[in-house]
Amino acid sequence: MNWQAFIEVLVGGLLSGVMYSLVALGFVLIYKASGVFNFAQGSMLFFAAMTCAGLVGKGLPLWAAALVSLVVMVALGLAVEKFVLRPMVAQPEISLFMATIGLSFVIDGLAQIIWGSTAMKLDLGVEDMPLEALMDKTGIAVSQFDLLAAAVAAVLVSGLAVFFSKTKVGRALRAVADDHQAALAVGIPLQRIWGIVWGVAGFVALVAGMLWGARNGVQFALTSLALKALPVLIIGGFTSVPGAIVGGLIVGASEKLAEVYIGPHVGGGIEAWFPYILALGVLLIRPEGLFGEKIIRRI
Amino acid sequence: MNMRHTLAATVAAAALTAAALPAQAQEQFIPLLSYRVGDYAAGGSGFYGGMIDYFNLTNAKGGINGVKITFEECETGYVPARAVECYERLKKKNGGATAVEPLGTGAAYGLLDRVAVDKIPLTTLGYGRADSADGKTFPYVFPLITTYWSQASAMIQYLGSKEGGMAKLKGKTIVHLYHDSAYGKEPIPVLDAYAAKEGFNLVKIPIPPASGTEQGAQWAQIRQLKPDYVILWGYGVMNTVALKTARKTGFPVTKILGVWWAGSEEDVIPAGDAANNYVTMTFTPSGNYPLVEEIRKTLYAKGRGNLEDKDRIGSVYHLRGLAAGIMYVEAMRNAQEKYGKGKPITGEQMRWGFENLNIDDAKLKALGATGMMPVMKTSCADHEGSGATKVQKWNGKKWEPVTKDWIQAERDVLSKLITDSSAKYAADKKITPACAAG
Repeated sequence: MNWQAFIEVLVGGLLSGVMYSLVALGFVLIYKASGVFNFAQGSMLFFAAMTCAGLVGKGLPLWAAALVSLVVMVALGLAVEKFVLRPMVAQPEISLFMATIGLSFVIDGLAQIIWGSTAMKLDLGVEDMPLEALMDKTGIAVSQFDLLAAAVAAVLVSGLAVFFSKTKVGRALRAVADDHQAALAVGIPLQRIWGIVWGVAGFVALVAGMLWGARNGVQFALTSLALKALPVLIIGGFTSVPGAIVGGLIVGASEKLAEVYIGPHVGGGIEAWFPYILALGVLLIRPEGLFGEKIIRRI
Repeated sequence: MNMRHTLAATVAAAALTAAALPAQAQEQFIPLLSYRVGDYAAGGSGFYGGMIDYFNLTNAKGGINGVKITFEECETGYVPARAVECYERLKKKNGGATAVEPLGTGAAYGLLDRVAVDKIPLTTLGYGRADSADGKTFPYVFPLITTYWSQASAMIQYLGSKEGGMAKLKGKTIVHLYHDSAYGKEPIPVLDAYAAKEGFNLVKIPIPPASGTEQGAQWAQIRQLKPDYVILWGYGVMNTVALKTARKTGFPVTKILGVWWAGSEEDVIPAGDAANNYVTMTFTPSGNYPLVEEIRKTLYAKGRGNLEDKDRIGSVYHLRGLAAGIMYVEAMRNAQEKYGKGKPITGEQMRWGFENLNIDDAKLKALGATGMMPVMKTSCADHEGSGATKVQKWNGKKWEPVTKDWIQAERDVLSKLITDSSAKYAADKKITPACAAG
């Protein structure tokens, strides 16, 4: 075996996994707050990236475009809470899930009505090229852009972990996730908590959207990243921020290694479904995921 | 009094309707199975935008001997099942469909048998099932201008010329990096045939459509293989991501040769610097053609153009749509010449029109489209009509020509493949190959 190539595939996979984790984080936030899988997270990411790239295209500097996009995404999050979730308090989880499916179509359509359907470029100022020094010394190609994404993810995860465990809002949020009605009964302002979480989810979508958009071009296909996040969430656990990171790393590394080392023997193209097989395995052994909360219900 | 008024109104309405009937009859309906949303929206909106612009330009100039083209779009999202549904919904509308263009190989495969029954020509401009060039077996299918097999032939010839002759391809490694769909698999028989003939090593690496956004594994494989060339057979986001990932893994862009559906502005602009010096095939080379100027003046200056973004006028996809429009209009004109000038034609008559296209240099000049597409002449035996392509390079701002002359597909390599494949289809479907009457 060519170990140099193996390491390159492994490192590349881990760094791709970090990018998946960034998408998965948005799901975790909403799930922790409302106990619902937000099907619209991929659409939010797309909307954020389109807004940022569209504003840059209109002549705004990147920092200003990012700032305006942040305001737009937080506003979108708050609007979703007010007009979609608030009327559905105490409804079954499946109803909330269905609402987010509808929401995803609305956001997809809105993004394309406002910014058009053509692909756009988003330049964050960091080239997506291999680190030359590392390449010269070891022959291993590691993208400097992916390293930046990993650093951003690390900062984001640390911030969110502190937010959830150390702040009053974070603890309230966990209480809301456990039981909406019980949280309301003890005086937790449910609407404010949901508003905050959807706003933060909007921010996470913007960060992920900008990084993915800069990496692949800003286009509709960004919405399909939600499908990449699904096995990440199943493996890491829907309620765990660190789980999203670990799940992402496992998915990224395993799918790349499988494609490179198993794919050629079975006709290739296995990367698309391999993480789901892995997730199925985890579901059978540990349904709550590696880091998810074990839910025990009296029956 | 009221009764009299009602009666008078009814008579007037009947008279108006009767008067309107002949005018309504002077219309030719084309269903457009377009896609303007979703992963492949950039291609769909540009192509159908071009087609509609050409139809509107034709109508603005009085139609085809007075017959106006009408059309209705149905959103397919590039999903074959939805394209079939759209076709079924529109095929009998407005007097019946004249011809149909789904812009998707999967959709074309889904419609192949249906159009033969309905007698509605299916055009697949530069895509679709390559052996359908054999009009004796596929009387209602027209892979106009060029097919994937012709393109694969031209690609290998171009790579051979880069190496200094076809014989120099011996021992080389060429990767076929393809969209894992009917579209991406279509050229494989031709590439296999060339690999056997010229002695190069062909490595096929599929990219699942769902994985278009992430190609790290495939490019890691390519890096290990160290191929001499990579043929990029992608569509939509896959192309942009391929170029960016190639750069990320240190693979030189100059060793990549893209298919014509990987050679639009929408593929390279989002890729930024990673696309500089990227080379692709094309059958509608970029340029400032008089036809495009006419469309600007006649349509866009009056707010009647179809593209929302005026920067896309004259883009690769837009030009391809214009080329499709030219062929539709010329086929209708042909059919009218035979079956009655100034009268709408049926699908069967349109088939004859497509089968007798002759778009030569003089015709292209008259249309203001010299060089915008190759000259072409169809027949019963040849529904493709040309098979010629060119090579273009992205210089960071626009596409510029690499080859001055059109590269012609090698008929001696392709003809046996086409004959064998269409014969198998004919045997499976119990078709007796023959030229259609008319």
